[in-house]
Amino acid sequence: MRIVLLLLAAILLSAPATAQGFAGLGTEVEGFATPQRGTRFDFPADHGAHPEYRIEWWYLTAVLEDADGTQYGAQWTLFRSALEPQSGDGWQSPQLWMGHAAVTTPTAHYHAERLARGGLGVAGVEASPFEAYIDEWVMRSASDRLVPGEDALSALDLSARGEEFSYALALDAEGPLVFHGDHGFSVKSAGGQASYYYTQPFYRLTGTLALPGGDVEVTGRAWLDREYSSQPLSETQLGWDWVSFHLDSGEKLMGFQLRQSDGSVYTSASWITANGELTTYADGDLTLTALETAAVAGCNVPVRWRVELPARGLEVEISAINAQSWMPTLFSYWEGPVSVEGSHGGRGYLEMTGYGE
Amino acid sequence: MTLTALIALLSHWRRKPGQLATLIIGLGLATALWTSVQAINAEARASYDEASATLGGGTVMVLTAADGRIPVSTWSRLRRDGWAATPVIEGEFIAGRERFTLRGIEPLSAPGGEAAIAPGDQALGLAFLTAPGLLLVAPESVEALRAMDGLPPVEASAAVARGEIITDIAVAARLLGRGDQIDAILVDTSARSGLTPLDQLVPELERRTGTSNGEVAQLTGSFHLNLTAFGFLSFAVGLFIVYAAIGLAFEQRRATLRTLRALGTPVWSIMAALILEALALALLAGAIGVVLGYVVASALLPGVAATLRGLYGASVSGALAVRPEWWVSGFAIAVLGALAATALSIRRAATLPLLASAQPRAWALASARRFVQQAMVAGGLLLIAALIPQFFSGIIAGFALLACLLVGAAVILPPALALVLHLIQRIARGPIAEWFLADTRQQLPGLSLALMALMLALATNIGVGTMVSSFRLTFEGWLDQRLAAELYVTTSDEAQSEQIRQWLEPRTDAVLPIWNADTEIAGRPGEVYGVIDHATYRDNWPLLTATEDAWDVIAAGDGVLVNEQSWRTLGLSLGDPVELDSGSPLTLVGVYSDYGNPNAQAIIGLDALTARYGETVSRLRYGLRLAPEEVATLSEALQAEFDLPANGVIDQASIKAFSLAVFERTFAVTAALNVLTLSVAAFAMFASLLTLASMRLPQLAPVWALGLSRASLARLELLRASVLALLTWLIALPTGLILAWVLLAVVNVEAFGWRLPMHVFPLDWLILAGLAVLAALIAALLPARSLIKRPPREFLQIFAQER
Repeated sequence: MRIVLLLLAAILLSAPATAQGFAGLGTEVEGFATPQRGTRFDFPADHGAHPEYRIEWWYLTAVLEDADGTQYGAQWTLFRSALEPQSGDGWQSPQLWMGHAAVTTPTAHYHAERLARGGLGVAGVEASPFEAYIDEWVMRSASDRLVPGEDALSALDLSARGEEFSYALALDAEGPLVFHGDHGFSVKSAGGQASYYYTQPFYRLTGTLALPGGDVEVTGRAWLDREYSSQPLSETQLGWDWVSFHLDSGEKLMGFQLRQSDGSVYTSASWITANGELTTYADGDLTLTALETAAVAGCNVPVRWRVELPARGLEVEISAINAQSWMPTLFSYWEGPVSVEGSHGGRGYLEMTGYGE
Repeated sequence: MTLTALIALLSHWRRKPGQLATLIIGLGLATALWTSVQAINAEARASYDEASATLGGGTVMVLTAADGRIPVSTWSRLRRDGWAATPVIEGEFIAGRERFTLRGIEPLSAPGGEAAIAPGDQALGLAFLTAPGLLLVAPESVEALRAMDGLPPVEASAAVARGEIITDIAVAARLLGRGDQIDAILVDTSARSGLTPLDQLVPELERRTGTSNGEVAQLTGSFHLNLTAFGFLSFAVGLFIVYAAIGLAFEQRRATLRTLRALGTPVWSIMAALILEALALALLAGAIGVVLGYVVASALLPGVAATLRGLYGASVSGALAVRPEWWVSGFAIAVLGALAATALSIRRAATLPLLASAQPRAWALASARRFVQQAMVAGGLLLIAALIPQFFSGIIAGFALLACLLVGAAVILPPALALVLHLIQRIARGPIAEWFLADTRQQLPGLSLALMALMLALATNIGVGTMVSSFRLTFEGWLDQRLAAELYVTTSDEAQSEQIRQWLEPRTDAVLPIWNADTEIAGRPGEVYGVIDHATYRDNWPLLTATEDAWDVIAAGDGVLVNEQSWRTLGLSLGDPVELDSGSPLTLVGVYSDYGNPNAQAIIGLDALTARYGETVSRLRYGLRLAPEEVATLSEALQAEFDLPANGVIDQASIKAFSLAVFERTFAVTAALNVLTLSVAAFAMFASLLTLASMRLPQLAPVWALGLSRASLARLELLRASVLALLTWLIALPTGLILAWVLLAVVNVEAFGWRLPMHVFPLDWLILAGLAVLAALIAALLPARSLIKRPPREFLQIFAQER
């Protein structure tokens, strides 16, 4: 599961105090398609946009390291939010797009945000050849590295820019796409809310971060999430804590807990073997325990967690590389790289929503 | 000790609450007018700053296409290349009888984001973006637009200037029929670096830096100076009230002061008490004034915003924010005013002879000498006023002239009135008439300040009224002449333009192209228009000055006409060469009036225009000459035949109505301030008469004892007020006319760049005389009534008491 930030649509909507869920995501759907169990994906078309669903994202996080061993994190995200379930042409398009990009270092967190409407060639996602873009930010199939017959997402070029930073990264997947839940049908609550959700967690990458102190050559691993839906949260869910781990063993873990308004949580986990075999764990199998909070942007945000998945013998502690990895965007949230220590070692990304006001 | 003195002095107000009220209301009103003007100015300045900040501190570049429209893909290309660019669609939109500028903005890419749509009103955001969209207009225009069918919901927003509609670009594109064309792209060139330069990326677009704050501030500077002068005048009028009230209070408190001194209170203690009292009063009145000023300014601001927009294209928010710069200045001027008004009292208190008794009559008699002094001071001021235009020029000199003129006229009023009364007294017959005139003269010193206030208000009223009416008359005549074509057509693009031209040729008497290009006229940015050789121009175009063969020279492409503004600023004479930024200089053959346009403009022959400016000429508009009865038919046929932009065809009457509406709005503020000043003056009169009434019993008692009934005395009081008001009006009349002349011939030329002929409106003067008398009568009514009601016992007591 990925951060479910719904675009400006909801922020511009004078969200009343009773607004449900984070960023109005729990609100009812009208006229939009809803995910159905058993639907087959059709690639490369499904890498592109699905205007008939209300929200959708292309969400990439990368854990990076320079030659000295200094750790970094990078984020590239494109959100789509539909005001109406159709694509529309020119100015009349009801599709809104929001881009978020960030670079995290142990001492700084740089971020940028772009907004655009669809239908005009400023922002959008083409399925073939694959290209997701907003303004000059792009995530596109690297035609020079893409092996014919391979998935379009298996070789990507990625770039983004903010006022103080920019980056250009080349990503190559070393494993297959992974489909969460029931063949990509991912249930998000006991009430049955669901989304289509698949992942490419096997990227190795190289590239350059341009930071205020100069250019930094980096290498690392990246994780791309694709998710689309029309109502992914139930109305009683306030926010979530989400993790993705690149374990030293070559295995991957994705896990999250949805925090309910009655204080209970709904958890889910996906264990991915080094060759891409997935095991899904149901509510309660994974536990996330906050160990330490930090004051971030005026809120208390947990920046050290214990993560346990007894079924896999996993018991690790994760800590933020930079506790101040706050995204003060239209919808603010915490997103940053973490180190993983304990029964398993590794690197990962942590995302937390719903801690702000 | 000071405290005791203060309490003793303050007890006076407990006995005379009316006088206290007068003082506080007077000072409050004066502060209110001053504060409101300051608040309006502060708001306008803040709007200019905000505008330049929103646009990235003056680093915004405006990209436009020579032929008027830009494909939206050009904008996408700039975005994809990384430029912080936002598209704009702008066009005219007529709803009912009102004409609007419809502006479509793209909030997602606009600098400042949704805050630019409606500051502080995020609730509008989603509705603004989602179909069917939202039209944001000034509150006054909501009804007109809601009455129209087929429009998106209309919302009032104080952030939108009158005559403007702000909406999402998608809505604007639909309403104006723009398809995938936009009018301009704004680029914040400071936001991002390291990009492909604009001249390589979009070489086909013209680039210019957006209007910077400095230019707007310069343009509107004279307007704000104008307002400030008006505010100061109002304050001066109000100060007369305060001065009168404090002076009277001092006279009435002589006994108290004497007693305090006799009891051993040191002089400095009394002075400190007087100053403290003034400060306390100033703070109280200042608070009332600032609140009242806020109310007045809030009411006037939309009009001012319209004026600034109409005259200078400067956008000013219609909502008033509370800013320290004006409320502090309001308090400051209240305190300064109160202290100034108290200064004389304090000086007198310092030199008060311990044993002297109250001498109101001696005070009045001593004023004979004061009249002479006043007349001399006034003569000096008027002489300076007369000399200023000989030696100085510029708007400051204009205002200095006005100040000398008004103060001089105010100061000369009491001696002049005394002289007139004296002359009438010579020819007066009968004891009552003689007593009446003598008594009126005796009252002059007490009333003179109120009368001065009334005189200033009347003169201002006559002056400003004459200016506005002259302007309106000239403007209407000018519109009638200049808008000679019966129908005006705006086309979407050049291809359509040519098509329509050919279609129109056989159907009309004449098709007059209204083609223009941006240029520089002798180095100043402006526009140049091309005209064909047609009788319409020769017969109708209003030229202020021209050579005999002006139109022939223009037709031949050898001459140029410039508007009055550039003619004055550049100091040109007929026959001078005028430098345009393209081609060789042209000879100046004439000057035309061009009211309401702050920029430089020139007219040359149409062929010369296309030859010199080529592709940059905008060839989209035409004026059509045809029989008036065919206008409706042709207009419909044009709409049916061609896919014209909304409001593409406009008849002469609509344009005139629109222009006059702009004019009316422009001067609504002036009219409102005028009425307020007059009300303050009327109040001054009322206050003075009220306080005098109680002091006048010793003068009235003997006359009553001689057999004049209380009712007759009251009638005489009313008559006196009317006579004084009428005499004051007589002196205000020439003062006001001179004021009008200065405004038209000096201030307007400096502030706006055009000079207007002066027209006189005797009927208005008579109405004003009526108003002045009415105000005086109303002011005198209450004192007169209390005179009738006063028990005879009190009259009798006068003889038993020595005051």
